[in-house]
Amino acid sequence: MSTSTLAVTRSLVPRQKLPTRLTAALWDTADVAGRNLRSLLRTPQALVFATIQPMIFVLLFRYAFGGAIRVPGVNYVDFLMPGVFAQSVAFGAIGTAVGLSADLRSGILVRFRTLPMVRVAVLGGRALADLLRNLAVVGVMIGVGFAVGFRPASGAGLIAALALVIVFAYAASWAFMALGLRVSDPEAAQAAGVPIVFLLVFTSSAFVPLASMPGWLQAIGAHQPVNALVTAERALILGGPAAGDVLISLAWSAGILIVFGLLSVRAYTRMGR
Amino acid sequence: MSDGAIEADGLRKAFGQVAALDGLSFRAPAGSVLGLLGPNGSGKTTTVSILSTALRPDGGRATVYGLDVVADAALVRRVIGFAGQFAAVDPNLTGRENLALIGRLSRVGRKEARTRAAELLDRFGLGAVADRLVRTYSGGMRRRLDLAAALVHRPPVLFLDEPTTGLDPESRLGLWDSVRDLSRSGTTVLLTTQYLDEADALADQIVIIDSGRVADTGTPAQLKARFGTVVFSLGFAAAGDTETAARVLAAAGYRPERSGGRLRVRSDSGSGAVAAVLRALDGRAPDPVSVEVREPTLDDVFLARIGAGIGQGGEAA
Repeated sequence: MSTSTLAVTRSLVPRQKLPTRLTAALWDTADVAGRNLRSLLRTPQALVFATIQPMIFVLLFRYAFGGAIRVPGVNYVDFLMPGVFAQSVAFGAIGTAVGLSADLRSGILVRFRTLPMVRVAVLGGRALADLLRNLAVVGVMIGVGFAVGFRPASGAGLIAALALVIVFAYAASWAFMALGLRVSDPEAAQAAGVPIVFLLVFTSSAFVPLASMPGWLQAIGAHQPVNALVTAERALILGGPAAGDVLISLAWSAGILIVFGLLSVRAYTRMGR
Repeated sequence: MSDGAIEADGLRKAFGQVAALDGLSFRAPAGSVLGLLGPNGSGKTTTVSILSTALRPDGGRATVYGLDVVADAALVRRVIGFAGQFAAVDPNLTGRENLALIGRLSRVGRKEARTRAAELLDRFGLGAVADRLVRTYSGGMRRRLDLAAALVHRPPVLFLDEPTTGLDPESRLGLWDSVRDLSRSGTTVLLTTQYLDEADALADQIVIIDSGRVADTGTPAQLKARFGTVVFSLGFAAAGDTETAARVLAAAGYRPERSGGRLRVRSDSGSGAVAAVLRALDGRAPDPVSVEVREPTLDDVFLARIGAGIGQGGEAA
């Protein structure tokens, strides 16, 4: 192509001052997050179910099963709530996969790919919106916990534990975005996500002590991210030495975030090749 | 150097073993409307996706105003608008919010995005429902919003993928008017369609594609002249009768085609040809038991142009 044509062409491109790439990325992420949050608030059923489910678990385990579960030296409700926090955000992560695959199917991601926006903002925006959703759900669960007798040893410990939960939730949402981008069908995303989350939550010590499980299951349960999170939360909430457990949980979250963050970004940017 | 606003040169794209595009080339002059006409699975959507940078070609080259859709994708995205086959708007946002979001993501600035949203909502007759959630919109309203979303940043080039599929007749005509308005104001439009009448009504130039290749190209008038203005289809009581009638018509200078047990005859002389054909048959072949007269459809055009096998291909995007 000749230079004169190029000059003509460039003149077609709107001339207004362009933001730097970083500024653009932040604005786009905020815009996409705003869109996802609005969507979420306008489908209140989804939000209600996201909080009702863990609430039912609290009530079931606090009152129905709790009496049969022996945890030496600890009030069961104090043992239970760290598990419930982890469970709430783990189940919430399924919603991340479902939402992204719904976008994939609706064609809105194709439109986004034809816009001069920063591409990864589509993922970053969803992760940010889901982070805020998780904060809300965990907030509700704290209230429910206090209502049924949950008493953390210290406020600082509780806040530190919740920070761990949120870090894990953020990492998990990237993992489930990688899943959502693979299946491109909301039902399939749901079907694939549920067993993963069930397996991780129910082989962990979220609801029962690992010691009550057979040895082979303990071996699995002890070496997975949800268990690491619950263990670290308990150490912080119940008091006692916590640094080691906290580091293990943070390491899991960091690992998940790096691996699945890269996988998600790669899957998204390579779409259409 | 040519003056094509949109140029495709030997585009190729395969999905697994299926070749969706197999060396597709065409060009659209600036300010024109190009209609890409073809059956399901012919490669229309793949073509539009590549031109609008959503998909990468495996081979060949495409440019928009000289900008390469792969190498200069970021610049191309600033001069194109794209509306896909399904209304890609968020059902849980209002019409106004959808347009403002797309505007901001299209880099028009937050204030301008709001202004443009209001303008476009009025222009597309959505002013009254601007602040209602899109999930309460009808299909036609969603499509109009989708088209408006493609226009927020005033793109000089617009890609529309089957813009009227699934629309009721009134919405369809409304959308046609919008395309004509855009074209009048200098926008280059590339639209895909399965409907001959749509391409006829809107396009300056039609490119007929099949199996990812150009099967024919021309202005609507040129194509119509080539394919006749009327098609009629004759049904007979028995296969032998069909055979006889085909012979008789061929002898009379027509070119009858067998199609699903019926005889199809094309003509340029309008519906007056019906009488002529029936006269030609009179006394020489059994009377047809049914006569159907209609305008040529895409099927007729395709069957005449490239024979059997149309519509049997898979849905290659």
